[in-house]
Amino acid sequence: MKFIPEIALKTIMKYAIHSFIYIALLFSTSSFANSDAKAEGKSEKFNAGELIIDHISDSHEWHIAGDLVMPLPVIVYSSKKGLSVFSSSHLEHGEVYEGLALRENHVVAVNPDGKENEEATAALWDISITKNTATILFSVFLMCFVFISVAKSYSKRPDMAPKGLQSWVEPLIVFVRDDVAKPSIGEKKYARYMPYLLTIFFFILFCNLLGLIPFMPGGSNVTGNIAVTMTLAVFTFIITSVSGNKHYWKHIVAMPGVPGWVLFLLTPIEILGVFLRPFVLMIRLFANILAGHIIALSFFCLIFIFAEMNKGVGYSVSVVSIAFTVFMGFLELLVAFLQAYVFTLLSAIYFGAAVEEAHHPPHPDTEQQGLI
Amino acid sequence: MDLVKPAIGLIFWMTLSFGIVLFILKKYAWKPILKSLSDRDASIQDALDTAKRTKEEMAALKSDNEKLLMQARAERDLMMKEARDTKDAIIAEAKSKAALEANKMIKSAREAINTEKLAAIAELKSQVATLSVDIAEKILRHELANDDKQKALMNNLLKDVNLN
Repeated sequence: MKFIPEIALKTIMKYAIHSFIYIALLFSTSSFANSDAKAEGKSEKFNAGELIIDHISDSHEWHIAGDLVMPLPVIVYSSKKGLSVFSSSHLEHGEVYEGLALRENHVVAVNPDGKENEEATAALWDISITKNTATILFSVFLMCFVFISVAKSYSKRPDMAPKGLQSWVEPLIVFVRDDVAKPSIGEKKYARYMPYLLTIFFFILFCNLLGLIPFMPGGSNVTGNIAVTMTLAVFTFIITSVSGNKHYWKHIVAMPGVPGWVLFLLTPIEILGVFLRPFVLMIRLFANILAGHIIALSFFCLIFIFAEMNKGVGYSVSVVSIAFTVFMGFLELLVAFLQAYVFTLLSAIYFGAAVEEAHHPPHPDTEQQGLI
Repeated sequence: MDLVKPAIGLIFWMTLSFGIVLFILKKYAWKPILKSLSDRDASIQDALDTAKRTKEEMAALKSDNEKLLMQARAERDLMMKEARDTKDAIIAEAKSKAALEANKMIKSAREAINTEKLAAIAELKSQVATLSVDIAEKILRHELANDDKQKALMNNLLKDVNLN
C-alpha cells in the first residue's frame, strides 16, 4: 500500500516525459525550419537536451550564477606520473595541463599533439572533487554540524521538551525509530541498525533537498547519480549479508519445507533476489530523483524553446512553465522525503529479514516489497 | 550512456565520506541522541506511572477519609440519639415526679377541704337546730297569742283526729 503514491508518481512522470518529448519534437522541427530561414545570422541554437544533461551530470566545476563558476580540484592518479592535483580552472575551454584535458566532462590523457591517448586514459584514476563530491562533502559537514549540535542540546537539557533545531529533527528521528526500525527489525534487535538507518535517511534527505536548491550549495544531482545510489545500496547489501543469520541463509540456499525439485528453480531465484534487492534500491532512488530533475528542467526549457520561435510566445509560455516548475518543486519536496523514507524502510526490512529468528514465520511483506 | 555509468571517483569519495559520517554521527550524535530519547521516554513513562500511582493513593485516601467521615457521622448520630434519649428520660421522670407531687398535694388539699367541710356542716347543723328551735318558739308564741287562734288551732287539730 505504501508504494501506491510512488507508482502514481512514476506514472505521472512517465506521462509528463512523454508529453514533453512530443512537444519538444514538435517544436524542434519548427525551430529548425525557423533557424534555416534565418540562415547563419544566429550563432547557436538552443538545445534543451544538452542543457538538461549538462545540469544533471557531474561536473568538474561548480556553476554559481551566469558565467561565474567555482573551479574544483582535479585529482588524478596514474601509475606513470603518480598523483597530480590542480584546479580545474587549468582545464577550462579544452586547455591541456600536465598532459591532461577535459573531454565531455571526463579527464583524459592527451598526447603532446593534443590528441587523446586512449591507452593512457584507461590507466588514469580520476578521483577529482567534482560538483557531486563537493555537495556530498557539504552535506556531510552539514549533517555533522546539525546532529552533533542537536546531540549537545540533548545532553545539555536532559528530560526536557525539544527546542530549536532539536524539534526539527526529533520527529524524524523518532519516526525512523518507531515507524521504520522497530516494526521492520523488531524490538530486540533494532538498536544495532539505528545509526546506519538514521545516517542513510538523513543523508538521502539532505542530498535530495540540496538538489532542489537551484544554486550553490545545491544545484547538483547527487542522489540522482548512479554512483552515489550504488554506494548506498552496497552499504545496505553488505550490512544485510554480514548480519544474516543461519535461518536467513538457509531460506535462500534451501527453503525449508519445499520439495527438492522445486529448489532447483527456487534457489537461483532466491540467490538472484539477494543481489536484486540492493540493485532495485539503487535504481529506485536514482530514477526518481533523476526524473524529477529532468522534468523540472524540461518545464523550464520550454520557455527558451518557445522564445526561440517567438519572443511573445516565450513570455506567455513562461507563466505556465513557471507554474509547472513550482508544482514540480513541491512534488520533488514530497519525493525527497518519500525516497529517503523508502530507501530507509526497505533497508530496515532487509535487515529485519536477515536477523529474523527461526521460530517466526517469514514476514509476508518482505518478498513482495523487495521486488517492487 | 554516461548517466548510468558509475564514476569511480565519485564512488571513492562517496564511500569515504559516507563511512566517515556514519562513524562520526554514530559516535557523537546518534548514540547520545537515541540514549537521551530513550531516557526521556523512560522518564515520561516513570512520571506517568507515578501520576497513576498517586492518583490511586489519592483515591484510597479519599475513600479512607470518607469512611472516617461516615464513622464520625454515625458516632455523632449515636451521641445525639443518646442525648435525646437522656433528655426525654429526664423530662419524663420530671413529669412523673411533678404529677406525683401534684396528686399528693391535690389529695391532701382534698382531705383538708373535706374535713373543713365536715366541720362546717356540723356547725351549720347545730346552728340550724338552734335557729329552728328559736323559729319554732317564735312561731308558737305568735300562734298562740290570742284565744281565737288557740281555738282555731284546737279545731284544726281536732279535725285531723278521727274519733274512731
